[in-house]
Amino acid sequence: MTNILKKIDEAGLVGRGGASYPTAKKWAAVAAALKRRSSAYIIVNGAEGEPGVKKDGYLFQHHAAEIIDGVYQAAVFLGVKKVKKIYFFLNHDYYHLYAASLRRLWGAKKYAALNGRWDFFIKPARLTYISGEETALLNLIEGQKVEPRLRPPYPPSQGLFGQPTLINNPETFYDVSLVARGKYRGQRFYTISGAVRRRGVYALPAHLSIEEILRETGNYPDNPFFVQVGGEASGEVLNQQQLAVGAEGSGSITVYDLARTSKDKLLKYWLRFYRDQSCGQCTICREGTYRLDNLINAPKLDDKLFWEIVDSLSDSSFCALGYSLPVPIRSFYQNILKK
Amino acid sequence: MTLKINNKKVSGQEGQTILDVARENNIKIPSLCYHPDLKIKANCRVCVVEIKNYPRLMTACSTEIQAGMEIYTDSPRVKQARNLNIELLFAEHIEKCTDCISRYNCDLLNLARDYKIKIARFPDRKSFRPTYKFAQAVEIDGTQCIDCQNCVEACDKQGIHYLKMAGHGINQEVIPIHDKKHACIYCGQCALHCPVAAAQEQAQWSAVERVIRDKSKIVVAQFAPAVRVSIGEEFGLPAGTNCTGQTYTALKKLGFNQVFDINFGADITTMTEAEELIERLKDPKAVFPMTTSCCPAWVAYAEFYHPELLPNLTTARSPHIHSAGAIKTYWAKKQKINPKKIVVVSIVPCTAKKYEAGRSELRLQGAPLVDYVLTTRELAFLIKKNNIDFKKLAPGTGHPLFNDGSGAAAIYGASGGVMESALRTANALACAASRKPACESRLEFKEVRGLAGLKEATVNLAGKKLRVAVVNGLGNFSKLLPKFKKYHYIEVMACPGGCLGGGGQPLPTTRTIREQRRLGMYQIDKDKSVRRAHDNQAMVTYYNWAKQNHLSDKVLHTKFKKTASSILTSRRQKTKSIFSFK
Repeated sequence: MTNILKKIDEAGLVGRGGASYPTAKKWAAVAAALKRRSSAYIIVNGAEGEPGVKKDGYLFQHHAAEIIDGVYQAAVFLGVKKVKKIYFFLNHDYYHLYAASLRRLWGAKKYAALNGRWDFFIKPARLTYISGEETALLNLIEGQKVEPRLRPPYPPSQGLFGQPTLINNPETFYDVSLVARGKYRGQRFYTISGAVRRRGVYALPAHLSIEEILRETGNYPDNPFFVQVGGEASGEVLNQQQLAVGAEGSGSITVYDLARTSKDKLLKYWLRFYRDQSCGQCTICREGTYRLDNLINAPKLDDKLFWEIVDSLSDSSFCALGYSLPVPIRSFYQNILKK
Repeated sequence: MTLKINNKKVSGQEGQTILDVARENNIKIPSLCYHPDLKIKANCRVCVVEIKNYPRLMTACSTEIQAGMEIYTDSPRVKQARNLNIELLFAEHIEKCTDCISRYNCDLLNLARDYKIKIARFPDRKSFRPTYKFAQAVEIDGTQCIDCQNCVEACDKQGIHYLKMAGHGINQEVIPIHDKKHACIYCGQCALHCPVAAAQEQAQWSAVERVIRDKSKIVVAQFAPAVRVSIGEEFGLPAGTNCTGQTYTALKKLGFNQVFDINFGADITTMTEAEELIERLKDPKAVFPMTTSCCPAWVAYAEFYHPELLPNLTTARSPHIHSAGAIKTYWAKKQKINPKKIVVVSIVPCTAKKYEAGRSELRLQGAPLVDYVLTTRELAFLIKKNNIDFKKLAPGTGHPLFNDGSGAAAIYGASGGVMESALRTANALACAASRKPACESRLEFKEVRGLAGLKEATVNLAGKKLRVAVVNGLGNFSKLLPKFKKYHYIEVMACPGGCLGGGGQPLPTTRTIREQRRLGMYQIDKDKSVRRAHDNQAMVTYYNWAKQNHLSDKVLHTKFKKTASSILTSRRQKTKSIFSFK
């Protein structure tokens, strides 16, 4: 095991895009695949398609140097000559805000070995959600239809244009940079939004519970409330008694005022979001999200059918978009509406 | 390795999918988007199965087996998800069953029957979608499409890239690419790979039914070489079964006044083409290579994508146009019938022939030589619709003036078959001319047979080395193009396998089935006493008659021209759904 890989492994770094996959494992898989191939790609997946998550933007604003350094660490680990291209996948806003500073930073002398291989890929205005899915993102860059690919093969072994591809979240690269310099302290970034006084992005220890995070940041509400953790679309909904757990996934906490939030509107928002963001590839996601949206807007809800579709989404969707819909819906019914 | 499916121990090889193993063991798992010709897409979600200790259901088509897996294909969880998915698919597909030629052989209806699906559980959601029609050949009906994307991939595999998925989510739809660089070649591979007949031929069976009832007309049917080895599949016979006799009888029972065999026309084509090849070889200024032109999809491709190659195409017409010419001139004269009273209906494995029949060069006295074209599927539909028990039919025969062709005609429907037929005759003609009778008897040219995508060989033609190539499936044409000039003679068939894998053939058509049909054809050839076109005396008599009567340009040869983009627009039609009032 190389030095950096060992450090990453020992630090227990996990992907900060939401799936929390062990970073060392992913890097090792790309390196292993690269033994049989001549070139690899690195993609910084920083388009932040999940509503309610803002930490990638925060990192680009305040810690772009560390992100670039983390990417450089990855390039050195894979072999600078073997890295064909490094893409920063950004949404339109982030591109306009941060492209200049990122360019300046990667133009530094110490990264000269990678000159000419840094590039941006701007996310189109439509399909903002699914295009953040790793393999759909690969299709997007390749100019194919934006829809997820069958796995296996996984991107580390066969990613962009069939080559080994390392895709990580900006925060993951930031963590790598800290680990490389011995400065990693087990912190992560939390986005706190919704009905709170101090919305924003906070760096706090990764082991804190949701309640601790809210109290620590002075955001613990006085009024009865509930939270959605891990994104305003796919995040799990928890009530006030369930906050002793950590904020997993993409590390966002959205606070809803229990009395002032329209439960109906919230449900409708989620279901419309999924319907509009479905790429259309698989039956249950394309058709199921459409029917759910119809059902929730009907004068009387067909309960049995509603839950049948929700179950089938988690059971038979092609990708995480389809099977993440049941997460907010079920937990909202279970933890809020039933109480 | 061993695993369990529905508590039954089964074994399989590493790399096999659950679907592979289940089908080997006669365990039923339904599927729609799965097709052995295409990539595994796993988008219809109909083949979901439950695997012990897996958090979610898995698609059997895409999941490789592992030792010790415990798989359930019909558990309550599977039932719920699978049946719901099928019901949702039905909501995408407007049931136009009454006049759908797939109604007796419909994957969707079979699923509904097998799993007691409520097909109208959800209201139809695509009733406003348009239908795209391409010339008179193929159409894609958006009101029936279930978004499996098979047609798009089939078109891509042909190297045409004419179809694409536009939009996303519920607005996703298959559309033709609307520019000057892409054109449909009418091959119908989209239709052959569509599980729900959203992509299908532009049916003419009802028009044919009408004209059969018209007593002022003499309606004759003629059927192509590849129909006889595939039509049986529609009635439970193995692929490759020779159904020539039953087809004659069935067509008579459907009310056709007379039935001919296009194999006779194939012998005319061979004769015309072989003579042209010999002529070109004699002429130092001749254009080489000569290519076949009996595949109308290849002609449409060349006319649009490679007009510079048009001088290379043989001027010989295609078999059904040749035999139609013989029917409307020679036969009409012998029978003392006014050719204008004759209606010729071709039954072919092809959708592009529907377009070919309408070409302006292929007319006689202002009327088309071939009036209607039905696919193999349409014929099967008519037979079933009229409750004819095809399997039990006593074999019939055709009109005595024309026969059912030589063995060389029988293999016309297989990739390499047209070339082999032409070589058999060209070789004999060349040998006779060069007074080397020893070489004259050569029959088989096995080097051009088989299902490989691109076949190359050097054959000896009366001492001359002839470099030949066979393109099996238009997707392979790009491999040939860089070395095009190095050959003397090239056969191109747009559909994989040749006409036996044509866009109008029964579903399913897979590699295994293509191979069985192919073997069936070569068996017919083997069993024939006359195996070369020029040995078919009836054909030679007609051929000489046509030449003596100066009909060469009217019934034997044709010409080609570059497709103007203005024509292209008129060949593509977008029609609103008849359900659009909803």
